[in-house]
Amino acid sequence: MLGDRRAVLVSSVSTIVFFVVLGAAIFLAPGSREVAHDFFSFEAMREALVGTNTTPSVLSSFWLNVRMFLVAEVFILVLALVIAVIRQMPGPALFPLRLVAVIYTDFFRGVPLLLVIYIMGFGIPGLAIPGISDRSPVVLGVAALVLSYSAYVAEVYRAGIESVHESQVIGARSLGLSRWQSMRFVVLPQAVRRVIPPLLNDFISLQKDTALVAVLGPIEAARAAAIYGSDRFNYSSFVVAALLFILLTIPLARFTDHLVARDRKRRRGGAMA
Amino acid sequence: MKQPRFLALAALVLSFVVLLAACGSEGGDTDTDDQPAAGGTSGSEEPEGPDCAVDSLALYQEGQLTIATDKPAYEPWFKGNDPTNGKGFESAVAYAVAEEMGFTRDQVEWVVEPFNKSYAPGPKNYDFDINQISITPKREEAVDFSEGYYDVNQALITLEDSDIADASSVTELKDAKLGAQVGTTSFAYIQQYIEPSDQPFTYDNTNDAKSALRAGQIDGIVVDLPTAFFITAVEIPGSKVAGQFTTQGAAPEQFGLLFESGNPLVECVDQAITTLKDDGTLAQIQDEWLSQAVDAPVIE
Repeated sequence: MLGDRRAVLVSSVSTIVFFVVLGAAIFLAPGSREVAHDFFSFEAMREALVGTNTTPSVLSSFWLNVRMFLVAEVFILVLALVIAVIRQMPGPALFPLRLVAVIYTDFFRGVPLLLVIYIMGFGIPGLAIPGISDRSPVVLGVAALVLSYSAYVAEVYRAGIESVHESQVIGARSLGLSRWQSMRFVVLPQAVRRVIPPLLNDFISLQKDTALVAVLGPIEAARAAAIYGSDRFNYSSFVVAALLFILLTIPLARFTDHLVARDRKRRRGGAMA
Repeated sequence: MKQPRFLALAALVLSFVVLLAACGSEGGDTDTDDQPAAGGTSGSEEPEGPDCAVDSLALYQEGQLTIATDKPAYEPWFKGNDPTNGKGFESAVAYAVAEEMGFTRDQVEWVVEPFNKSYAPGPKNYDFDINQISITPKREEAVDFSEGYYDVNQALITLEDSDIADASSVTELKDAKLGAQVGTTSFAYIQQYIEPSDQPFTYDNTNDAKSALRAGQIDGIVVDLPTAFFITAVEIPGSKVAGQFTTQGAAPEQFGLLFESGNPLVECVDQAITTLKDDGTLAQIQDEWLSQAVDAPVIE
């Protein structure tokens, strides 16, 4: 008991000392007052949030980010699943399809997202294909996000599918289910449940990457923050935009934890307390 | 026996960090050298004004004039993306100012500073920045500007077959999709005076804005008049300068040389600019490099 208490004391004290020292280093720094004014001014945060006569509102620009990632995520989850399932389908007849899936994931994981956005945002209109080339930059940006992220999420699904034990498939097949039926009713439900945390990880990452679409012109939250920053020389707008993103991420993360815990409880079937 | 070792370690870390914090960051301010005038080298006419003899100037790097501009350096302000050749309006102005202050051509050094960083507060690693930076009261709170060396008008570029190619008043632009570079007075002009119903698009640089115009994603770009002429003449075939906008507010918008806040060099540079204006050099440079930028219809 004595050893335990001492351990707790040592760890608490050292943690407190660490943060006090860090805080002291920051607040004693010569420029700390300017930084507090330039990055943490409440008045500037409020102004940036609602917008002024020369700067757009960070809050309404954030709505663009939200719409973009909601739409993108739906398409990503579907497209990535299709690619992952194609990739693990056996048989020589499906080799071309599997090859396309492999090339797709390699290519879109290899090319930086920003380049994909530029190429699609400025290149596709250049091709002048009617019906596709005249889509707005937001649509082209979301398409770029979908193509790029599906490659990553497909690999996440694939990891989930491969983590389902072989015996599940064997059992399903021996019960008379076809390959497709065993995939649909036995493997995929388990696979997807297993990869919910990494899927959420990619979703959160997607929310941040919607900011890149600003290079095509549309004003989203981070760009609106930058406009305010360069207009007023106060970068509190960036802090406000960051807070908006964080406010979105935290509930999502807790929701995922809840889903995972609920799934684990179900699988145990009440066997363990 | 573990307690004293832990305390010793904590004390060591604490003292190390406090030492770092105490040293702090160097301000990087230029030193002011208050020596009496070393016998006027270029015959300065103000005995009681600031001492602007070349040898006693407060420079970022001793013995040279460090000037900043962006990369790429756009025409007609520079030529061939090379500030050192003295061609292009701003390159010529920079060298004229340097010469007037008593520097030789080899004493001028160029460095790169992105446009959006230039007017942000903080220490600068150059003497002044010349990069089509408009003097605004907001920016003047963060940095210092010289006297204006060029009066700016904003202009509108469109494709020749655009609906707004013949716009003669701002009201005709209300439904147009406009674009401008982020952080510029062009963008602020759109927000404040044109006020289109659809939010304008912003771009990191003029090149992206040009791509968007070519792709038909925007109807028009708002940019300063000389740049507009260059873009339409050389860079985007099938585009035209739809018009120039009127000056809003009391004074015309002007480009100024940008200095770190509190830099004493401003006064001497101002003297040089005034001299260049008075003896007609500035007008001559303008005629040479910006001659076409005059005849564009006015959009009220």
